[in-house]
Amino acid sequence: MLYRENGQFKSTYASDQQMLPILQDRVFMMALLAFAFFVVPIVTSEYVFLSLLIPFLILTLAAIGLNILVGYCGQISIGHAAFMAVGAYAAYNLVLRVPQLNFLVVLVLSGLIAAAAGALFGIPSLRIKGLYLAVATLAAQFFMDWLFARVKWFTNYAHSGSVQTAPIELFGWTIESPAEKYLFLLAVLVLFTLVAKNLVRSHIGREWMAMRDMDVAAEVIGIRPVYAKLTAFAVSAFYCGVAGALWGFVYLGSWEPLAFNLNLSLNLLFMIIIGGMGSLLGSYLGAAFIVALPIILDQIPNWLGVPISTATSSHLASMIFGALIVFFLIVEPLGLARLWAIGKEKLRLWPFPH
Amino acid sequence: MRRHWPVLALGTALLIGLALPLATGAAPVGFYVEVLLGGLMTGVLYSLVALGFALIFKASGVFNFAQGAMVLFAALAVARIAEHVPLWAAILLGMVIMTALAWVIERLVLRPLVNQEGVALLMATLGVTYFLDGFGQTVWGSDIYKIELGIAKEPVMILPDVFQGGILVNKEDFVAAMVAALLVGGLVLFFQKTATGRALRAVADDHQAAQSIGIPLNRIWVIVWAVAGFVALVAGVIWGSQLGVQFSLAQVALKALPVVILGGFTSIAGAIVGGLIIGVGEKMAEVFLGPVLVKAFDLAGGGIENWFAYVLALLFLLVRPEGLFGEKHIDRV
Amino acid sequence: MKLKSIFLAAAVAAAFASPAAFAQAKEQFFPSLVYRTGAYAPNGIPFANGYLDYLKLVNARDGGIDGVKITYEECETGYATDKGVECYERLKGKGPTGATVFQPLSTGITFALTDKSFTDKIPLITAGYGRADSVDGTVFGWNFPLGGTYWDAADMLVQHVGKKEGGLDKLKGKKIALVYHDSPYGKEPIALLETRAKMHGFQLLLLPVTHPGVEQKATWLQVRQQRPDYVFLWGWGVMNSTSIKEAVATGYPREKMYGVWWSGAEPDVAPVGEAAKGYNALVFLAPAGQGQVHKDIIKYVYDKGQGTGKKEDIGEVLYNRGMVSAMMAVEGVRRAHIKYGKKPLTGEQVRWGLENLAIDDAAIKKLGFTGFMTPVSTSCVNHEGEAQAKIHTWDGKKWVVQPDVYHADNSILKPMIRSSAEKYAAEKKITKRDCAKEAG
Repeated sequence: MLYRENGQFKSTYASDQQMLPILQDRVFMMALLAFAFFVVPIVTSEYVFLSLLIPFLILTLAAIGLNILVGYCGQISIGHAAFMAVGAYAAYNLVLRVPQLNFLVVLVLSGLIAAAAGALFGIPSLRIKGLYLAVATLAAQFFMDWLFARVKWFTNYAHSGSVQTAPIELFGWTIESPAEKYLFLLAVLVLFTLVAKNLVRSHIGREWMAMRDMDVAAEVIGIRPVYAKLTAFAVSAFYCGVAGALWGFVYLGSWEPLAFNLNLSLNLLFMIIIGGMGSLLGSYLGAAFIVALPIILDQIPNWLGVPISTATSSHLASMIFGALIVFFLIVEPLGLARLWAIGKEKLRLWPFPH
Repeated sequence: MRRHWPVLALGTALLIGLALPLATGAAPVGFYVEVLLGGLMTGVLYSLVALGFALIFKASGVFNFAQGAMVLFAALAVARIAEHVPLWAAILLGMVIMTALAWVIERLVLRPLVNQEGVALLMATLGVTYFLDGFGQTVWGSDIYKIELGIAKEPVMILPDVFQGGILVNKEDFVAAMVAALLVGGLVLFFQKTATGRALRAVADDHQAAQSIGIPLNRIWVIVWAVAGFVALVAGVIWGSQLGVQFSLAQVALKALPVVILGGFTSIAGAIVGGLIIGVGEKMAEVFLGPVLVKAFDLAGGGIENWFAYVLALLFLLVRPEGLFGEKHIDRV
Repeated sequence: MKLKSIFLAAAVAAAFASPAAFAQAKEQFFPSLVYRTGAYAPNGIPFANGYLDYLKLVNARDGGIDGVKITYEECETGYATDKGVECYERLKGKGPTGATVFQPLSTGITFALTDKSFTDKIPLITAGYGRADSVDGTVFGWNFPLGGTYWDAADMLVQHVGKKEGGLDKLKGKKIALVYHDSPYGKEPIALLETRAKMHGFQLLLLPVTHPGVEQKATWLQVRQQRPDYVFLWGWGVMNSTSIKEAVATGYPREKMYGVWWSGAEPDVAPVGEAAKGYNALVFLAPAGQGQVHKDIIKYVYDKGQGTGKKEDIGEVLYNRGMVSAMMAVEGVRRAHIKYGKKPLTGEQVRWGLENLAIDDAAIKKLGFTGFMTPVSTSCVNHEGEAQAKIHTWDGKKWVVQPDVYHADNSILKPMIRSSAEKYAAEKKITKRDCAKEAG
């Protein structure tokens, strides 16, 4: 009843093309943002910040990046953690070697470096696609893992190969407490989501989707595949690079190449599959799901007060995680975002569905 | 001829790379042969896992990431059961378990997901991987277990007079190679000569056509997964006897991916030859190219074998996207 | 679908709610980061069992530490750094006074937690692992690498092979290969070995093995090609037994292989069995075997059906090491009770105890640890105590300890520790502690 668009007439192009054309959506979004910015920092405990919200925000950013490539442009990658690693090490070296740079500049630069790496590893996509491409991106994964572990310059000759970072400083603001980190990340994420949203509904986004839906037809109507695919790789890697830099600086604080291993890549892929391919909302939902699920599964025996040994409970968690992934793929292959859309449709008609 | 020159160029480059250590005298002949043999032996094991991949991909178009987990699961089952009964009985029981597993996977995972995209199926097998990792450790435990095939572990020195330092050979490796050869022979016979094998090939060629002439798709899939389970069992037993049966076994299977790329997704011969090429290539690269790179770039150690296999596969992919023995109808962009 | 989303929503809501409030009880909370699954489980399990059993013993036999009951909770890290950090965040606030001390048994996790220790003020005991430079308590205020670091270990191994050759100067022109786990753990000793290599003129060969370490053919082919005079093994988990197996397969003599103290336990050699005969490893703090404290554990814990693991595994190398690690944490708390009173203590108070540890031979005897422990005394500046270790050799069935005791050469280590700690302090922008002032 409340969720109706009756009477909302669009009289200008601008209002017709705005991101959230329905008034209620706009109100909801504003309320959600206000809640996230003003209420959450007050009510949340430190543990939730550090173990759930901060990883969630950063991984969402990375998932958006991967979604641009996989969901919008139709190119599969199982190696996107490699680009996060590029971003993280680029940021580390920039901060170390050019300390006067503002961290925001560092973020953008490390994103750009990751984008270059992404474009480079995207070249095979001009020849191959599908699962073949997936294996090609695995090459990126293993090569980057090796590169950062072996070339001493990247880690500033740290004797153990592990690098440390100092807390971020922005215009005299030291981002140290969990709530501060959260707010900073939230701001970055909102900004980058806006950019992504506008990218995917601009001409470049439509080119990506045309490539995804049918590459031959896209080429016929004048889309250059080289340009479309490589930009998708670059933009996608840019997002992941920024996410990687944040993952290193804000979440981990000190890390080794293993932090960006294949597991992380697979998790990113899970996020967009479960969340919904080709949907920004899906990236959010998927990231939330994948971040929260193992932690919740791990703690359920504790809450229930069932004395299960640590080993058994983590084996069970692994089993349930696997089973849930299969379950989701079967029940809702289009992901959580699709469920959301269905819910919205239902709400529109409620309480009088014809 | 135009189609062939990049393939030839790559082949020549690889052969030159292969011969370089010998030609430059960087390695004594005996040692060179040893590395070659070591690579071949590792390659045999890669081949065994890749075989499972190829079988399943051929018949159902599923890129089965869970093959590694299946290897681990089978090896764990055999190792733990063999603590109570003789080894041959344990292997038989293991086979029964793997068949049951195949049936369950087909019923609960593949059938509901039929006609989904390749990526969704890939993800589903990843889910199966997680499940099997947890399930296997719950049922069988997470310690290191032993499978004793009863072969001596001490190496044998052969031809000490011909080569300086002789050549060290492991009996176990030879047994592994023999078993792999037998297995491939058996599979080829099964595919070529039996009715089920023909049905399998028909399904691989065209699902719908096969179904329309009355081949039961679901049963065929169970059979394929069971055969893949059997291959996993053999790989698990051989590997487990060499390395010990432990969780890490599943991870080595990641190496099978470049193998199937190189050999062609759908080819059994490709899995075998690809495995050997990857095995030899990466050992050669690690032993001879690694130290050179370390010196040239002041690296912190070698370890290039981790990505070398993938890069090799990638190179093949660029010059010959269908793989060495793959079918030609792969979409090229 | 609806039911499921409700369930999920409930689960998420439960995750957001803070853990049930604990009543202010007379309890001291010991978190335990363990890995009972995954590639490193065979080594993680005995350590975790020993750790837990000792805590149970203190509760059952003494009624806690000076009357303060010990509570504990395990969290599975799977040897993964991110999982370890999550566990840390989950456990650090539990108990009436928060977590007492963390012992992650992973160098990677130690690196990550070191960062957090400065704000959370919870000590980290990394007995025999972790950062080698964290001996310096003025920079690393919360790390306690009690009993030895990897630089100590590497130094002792060099001394040992020097002795075997008849003097350190005889190492000139020799070749030593380091076969190491490709992680911060395996890379730690490299700095020290490089320094020693320059001093004595031996050649150092670095052979990394990728996680989890089941694929080492190429590594050992290189060993066979280069024929190093000695191989130092810096492995963990299944990598250790694989290394020894590959050494057998390539015919490298096991007598010339020396493992660090994490590569010298039963799970490392048992899968190889008889063929591993002659393999050596360092042993610090706790060798294999049983003493008075084990009898107590059997009597008070296992005979009452409270044991964590299997009775026959008591006394394994890693079990004993877990036990000793727990004991040092408990003793740190006991020591701090003298200053702050016999009540639940915060991490910061426990740190004082750990910085003023004085476990001498009499105390060791009283605790029932004779033969499993060397005296440890720490200070604000020195968070390590005195590192010493012996070599033990696998005779095909059990570990045999050799008599020679080794000490690290502090004239080499001290400057390295100082410069490395200072680099860390500069990168992290840490102000150093003034120990003289704090004592005053």
